[in-house]
Amino acid sequence: MRDRKKVLTLIFLLVTIIAVAVLNFTLDSYKLKIITLCGIYIILGLSMNLINGFTGLFSLGHAGFMAVGAYVSALLTMSPALKDTVFYAAPINPFIKMIQAPFPVALLIGGIITAIIAFLIGAPVLRLNDDYLAIATLGFSEIIRVILTNTQTLTNGSLGLKGITRYTNMWWSWGIAIVTIFFMIWLVKGMYGKAFKAIREDEIAAEAMGINLFKHKIMSFVIGAFFAGIGGGLLGHLIGTIDPNMFRFVLTFNILLIVVLGGIGSITGTVIAATAVTILMEVLRFIESPISLGAIHIPGIPGMRMVIFSLMLMGVILFYPKGLMGRNEFNWDYFINKKFLKSKKKSV
Amino acid sequence: MDIELFFQQLANAISLGSLYALIAIGYTMVYGILRLINFAHGEIFMFGTYIAFYAMTSFLLPWGGAFLIAIVLTVIFGLLVERAAYKPLRNSPRMSVMISAIGTSFLIQNLAIVIFGGRPKSFPVPDLFNTVIHLGNISIVSITFITPIITAIVLVFLLYIVDKTKTGMAMRAVSKDYEAARLMGIDVNWVITITFGIGSGLAAIGGIMWGLKYPSLLPMMGLMPGLKCFIAAVIGGIGNIRGAVVGGFLLGLIEIMLIAALPALTGYRDAFAFVLLIVILLIKPTGIMGKNIAEKV
Repeated sequence: MRDRKKVLTLIFLLVTIIAVAVLNFTLDSYKLKIITLCGIYIILGLSMNLINGFTGLFSLGHAGFMAVGAYVSALLTMSPALKDTVFYAAPINPFIKMIQAPFPVALLIGGIITAIIAFLIGAPVLRLNDDYLAIATLGFSEIIRVILTNTQTLTNGSLGLKGITRYTNMWWSWGIAIVTIFFMIWLVKGMYGKAFKAIREDEIAAEAMGINLFKHKIMSFVIGAFFAGIGGGLLGHLIGTIDPNMFRFVLTFNILLIVVLGGIGSITGTVIAATAVTILMEVLRFIESPISLGAIHIPGIPGMRMVIFSLMLMGVILFYPKGLMGRNEFNWDYFINKKFLKSKKKSV
Repeated sequence: MDIELFFQQLANAISLGSLYALIAIGYTMVYGILRLINFAHGEIFMFGTYIAFYAMTSFLLPWGGAFLIAIVLTVIFGLLVERAAYKPLRNSPRMSVMISAIGTSFLIQNLAIVIFGGRPKSFPVPDLFNTVIHLGNISIVSITFITPIITAIVLVFLLYIVDKTKTGMAMRAVSKDYEAARLMGIDVNWVITITFGIGSGLAAIGGIMWGLKYPSLLPMMGLMPGLKCFIAAVIGGIGNIRGAVVGGFLLGLIEIMLIAALPALTGYRDAFAFVLLIVILLIKPTGIMGKNIAEKV
């Protein structure tokens, strides 16, 4: 039975790789960009779900983590000459100017620095709970944005970084997304994951059972931030320009929407919702742009997309709080046994 | 900093602080009863300002009538928000309620962009609020004096309601123990409605004052004041009306005075509130005037 599942998983992986390759050859660059974005949002959604869904810490600092990852990795891949032309308003710090790294290393360093910052933030803040934690993490994400706007010699201030080489493609984003999925499955199913879930269910009971609250909370927070940083780095290298205004609270909201829609505490749900929301975000663009059907002109309605997304979030939380998957996961057993045991769905 | 500039800045700080206090009271009252961060409070504030704006410009009402209509409509709007977004989730986990609050906040913000338009609108300021008063070498706009006076009146009125009336007693009871209050025959839903109504009314008054002070309206204008006033409420000790006033004044004072003393920090202005919040939460998580409550197992 175990082997059979492993084989199925391998086949599934192989199919995904072939699908990525086929899509890579057949789709135009606009559609490719959207699918690449799906991969990035899967990484971001999973990283938030680890903190908010599996550990039950209501953190709203994702935009800040992404900003750190995006800036660090972008500054590492830009060449010194390019940095000189981008930083025309204020000269760049000479150390930052000379330092350079290839794309994968830059991503990794971006993730690690984000994780370090998350550790520094988390150490004092994770003692708080519920609403206070939400406001404090949101506050930190705003502080990060304010700092990025004001440190001109490091980040070019509000002008942002331009001309970042677009390294992110299907292979990078989906490759890292798949690695993230498997890492999260491993983490959540293992000893640490059980501790995270215990903390989510009842903090005091978990502590009484001998779980070190602080250690596990900060672990979840730092790992989540690490992947958020990598996601931010990928996003920066996909779009090619980053500035502090990109990392407003709206970005955290989008990821929260993915997590809630997919089911708070479900990896499968997040993967499905990330793909759906990203595609929907692009599809719904037409509402905001003017449409002309021959003689009839319909002016675009700016802001309408976010109205739909907020209605979606409200609708799910009010009428179907479990989201798409609740806390259930995709499971081969379910498919294999479907004919015989229809109702036996294993929840993790 | 010379003495004249100091008094000028002090007047600004008190005016901003009383504005923060006014909005923070709304947060603190709702939190005290529902244990919920009303993320949409900033949006209710924005709504009030826009209604006052349209009443004055499109319907050409005199400012007194326009402000009154704005306050009444905002109270109704606040009650609708509570009914639609918070009431169905009364027995849900806290995370759900908070997500609903964030969703509501985004919904109102973006509906405002769709309906009111994303371009800034300039709030017409009546002469009464725009007269420059000269005191020696200091010149101060009259709104700077009017805001603290209005905050003081509102505060006295609220303290009377909460401390002396029967409704106030019910409010205090619900905030102490929701279940026990219900068992004692208090109509909890009515208390919540009243509280939300008062909070929204205060948000409207605060919004109008904000419009008179900074006469440029944007759909996003509620976001930052909303966050900062929540922080002011936490600093003072959430659930405590006097605490909210203390927190609001403290925040206004620190914001204005730090920038006046160190102009190099101007860019970091919006970060002060969050830094202050984190410092307070680490030193005294219950806020300056809050009581320590042990967690029950």
